[in-house]
Amino acid sequence: MNKENIKNWLKVNLFSNWYNSIISLFVLLIILSIIPSLIDWAIIKATFVGKTKSDCKAGGACWVFISVWFEKLIYGFYPDKQLWRVNLAFIILILTITSAFFVKPKIKPYILFFLIFIFPIIGFVLIHGGFGLENVETRVWGGLSLTFMLTFFGIIFAFPLGVLLALGKRSELPVIKYFCIAFVEFWRGIPLITVLFAAAIMFPLLLPANTNVDKLLRVAIGIGIFESAYVAEVIRGGLQSLPKGQYEAAKSLGMSYWKMNFLVILPQAIKTVIPGLTNTFIALFKDTPLIILVGLLELLGMVNLAKSNSYWLGMAVEGYIFVGLIFWFFSYLLSRYTQSLEKKFSTEKH
Amino acid sequence: MSEKIIEFKNVNKWYGKFHALKDINLYVNKTEKIIICGPSGSGKSTLIRCINGLEQHQEGSIIVQGMELDNTLKNIDKIRGDVGMVFQQFNLFPHLTILDNCALAPAWVKKIPKKRSEEIAMEYLTKVKISEQANKYPGQLSGGQQQRAAIARALCMQPKIMLFDEPTSALDAEMIKEVLEIMTDLAKAGMTMVVVSHEMGFAKSVADRVVFMDEGKIIEIKKTKDFFENPENERTKLFLSQILH
Repeated sequence: MNKENIKNWLKVNLFSNWYNSIISLFVLLIILSIIPSLIDWAIIKATFVGKTKSDCKAGGACWVFISVWFEKLIYGFYPDKQLWRVNLAFIILILTITSAFFVKPKIKPYILFFLIFIFPIIGFVLIHGGFGLENVETRVWGGLSLTFMLTFFGIIFAFPLGVLLALGKRSELPVIKYFCIAFVEFWRGIPLITVLFAAAIMFPLLLPANTNVDKLLRVAIGIGIFESAYVAEVIRGGLQSLPKGQYEAAKSLGMSYWKMNFLVILPQAIKTVIPGLTNTFIALFKDTPLIILVGLLELLGMVNLAKSNSYWLGMAVEGYIFVGLIFWFFSYLLSRYTQSLEKKFSTEKH
Repeated sequence: MSEKIIEFKNVNKWYGKFHALKDINLYVNKTEKIIICGPSGSGKSTLIRCINGLEQHQEGSIIVQGMELDNTLKNIDKIRGDVGMVFQQFNLFPHLTILDNCALAPAWVKKIPKKRSEEIAMEYLTKVKISEQANKYPGQLSGGQQQRAAIARALCMQPKIMLFDEPTSALDAEMIKEVLEIMTDLAKAGMTMVVVSHEMGFAKSVADRVVFMDEGKIIEIKKTKDFFENPENERTKLFLSQILH
């Protein structure tokens, strides 16, 4: 780009008239007043290497806090010697998802089947124990890995349930229809915190004595059901956008209700609501820190714990910035991934 | 006379309070071609859609291939498997290629192995002369090509009866011709056809009988030649004079 081009670009984009010029200058002023001091604090004067808080003498950010607590922030109190199990579970997950990019379309349904039905079992056995692996109780699970586990479980629980609820709301059978409407309206109408408290504290009171359902499982199912109501509404929007002719064409070919929905209607409906679903799933991901209220510590919970450690007081800013970056990064990743899906599935116009 | 494959006996249908079909009596013989015409809103589409249960009637009986469509019949999917339908708006499945559009129902409804289903699909796509478009998506085809693909899709189920609901009304003049050609071929091959259409040229060359409907009633049913040469009812005459220009 030569000088003339830059001049033109500035003129067109930043200084096209007097009020745009004022806004541009104002924004520039804000950037200039914030960015340098931020860089100064976060990078130039920051301390990256060390073992204790006292190593941070430069006056900037103390990233030592993050590096010392890193393992806890990722794995919670999961025993050191067993960490490979968590890692292995996530490696399998990542490999499966990436492999979906490279295999033929015919194999993709199997990958999806594996992710929804088989992987959760493998993951659970690996992380929780069984089949010769030492049991690791859920109360020591935590950190970012717990965030991921809850999000993954929430999605694979809420998605199929949401699809069924969406179909149910349009059912011609009044019993099914009104049950689904009531179910969705109930779960959409209460705050997630209420669901968490109910799952963690109230639910055990309702169970017969001596029975014990794991708290994390109760909470995870609570989140899954809660999200399924939102998924149902998003998918219903997609169903409504389909012309009646699609239903008629499927019926005229002799398809039953389920074949019509799974082969013709849902593939199209879900495709059109990918943006809405992404939104719901990102919201689910970012809602997981709420479990701190019932004593479960995922990433944000672990940072809260670490910053109140008496040797590490005053590290809240570093901790929250780290959490913010992590959440932003993975939300962005999810958003990009679904955008690529949208592109891949667009068959209407080429 | 040959065997009746579709029979309407005193069929009445209402949409809420609107009386859409009034005392319909009609039969269709095997391999017969029937054209239904009439002004818009006269109930032609409703009538044809009752044959495969897309619309339900409240009174009277409709018998298709000896099976009565009594609105609760579980065999309705079976009847639909034997009755193909082509729509005004094509209604191809936009998320599938043309080939998959055609192979979907044979594979999933008739449980024919996927490979064989695709062979069947190719066979009929060749018949409607768009085999070279097999791997494209519906959105990439012209209206006429889409409608021919839709005909092929219906034929892949190897139906005994084909219903056409204004198959050329959404098409340009040139494309109407290519679709009508395919339909004429099909008629010559001995298919039983019930066609809602205003293409009187097509009616004259292909139809055995023509049905004229108005305000939910069948006004006149006649052999094609009689229908055009000696219409009895005033409304039929008026309709013909308007449409034959």
